[in-house]
Amino acid sequence: MLNIKKTLSEGSAEVVLEGRLDTTTAPALESELKAFLPSVTDLVFDFEKLEYISSAGLRILLSSQKTMNRQGSMKLIHVAPEINEIFEVTGFSDILTIE
Amino acid sequence: MHPVGQKMKSLEIKAVTDNLDTVLDFINEQLETMGCTMKNQIQIDMAVEELFVNIAHYAYKGGVGKARILTGEDTGSREPGILRITLIDWGVPFNPLEKKDPDISLSVEDREIGGLGIFMAKKVMDHMDYSYEEGRNILTMTKKVC
Repeated sequence: MLNIKKTLSEGSAEVVLEGRLDTTTAPALESELKAFLPSVTDLVFDFEKLEYISSAGLRILLSSQKTMNRQGSMKLIHVAPEINEIFEVTGFSDILTIE
Repeated sequence: MHPVGQKMKSLEIKAVTDNLDTVLDFINEQLETMGCTMKNQIQIDMAVEELFVNIAHYAYKGGVGKARILTGEDTGSREPGILRITLIDWGVPFNPLEKKDPDISLSVEDREIGGLGIFMAKKVMDHMDYSYEEGRNILTMTKKVC
């Protein structure tokens, strides 16, 4: 289960994820992002309630980061230590902005 | 395949991504009995997800086959608290351990999207072993969890 809550205002977007970002839930997030990302210059992911991430989720973060590098900025907030550990193991902590 | 006396729980299931939750529930039940931390659970779930999804996507070349998952505490080891998980499929021979690791030192632009799954699994588990026996891919992994 993954709950996706997004708030859009004048080029900025905040995406709050709750639950598990895995092979089965990643496609829903991907299609949401595809719809609004073109008009966004400032993207924030709030991971406070994210319990789990697999490579399917990392793939989305990487492609979003690539898009946002061209048109603005992206950051992750409230990342739990367990999730952060996954970013470290995969080298993602070097390419993502985590606050 | 396993030393005598080793109690492994077994799940045989259609290898389709829709069954991922069932597979992870099965693994997590074992982790609970061993008193696994949340950090370890996330990492082990991730490794199992990558390998199971890999079987679902590629082992049967677009068709549907089955997978068997075995898990238990590794009683053959001298050390306590070692989790053992084995994934078996009857698909095309594929040794995931031979797959080249992605270069994780590359910049965002140069990093490839994908190819991460097995690498992640290898990183978080302590040990992984592959063999092809009697038409079966057998992948066994262990991790000290408590």
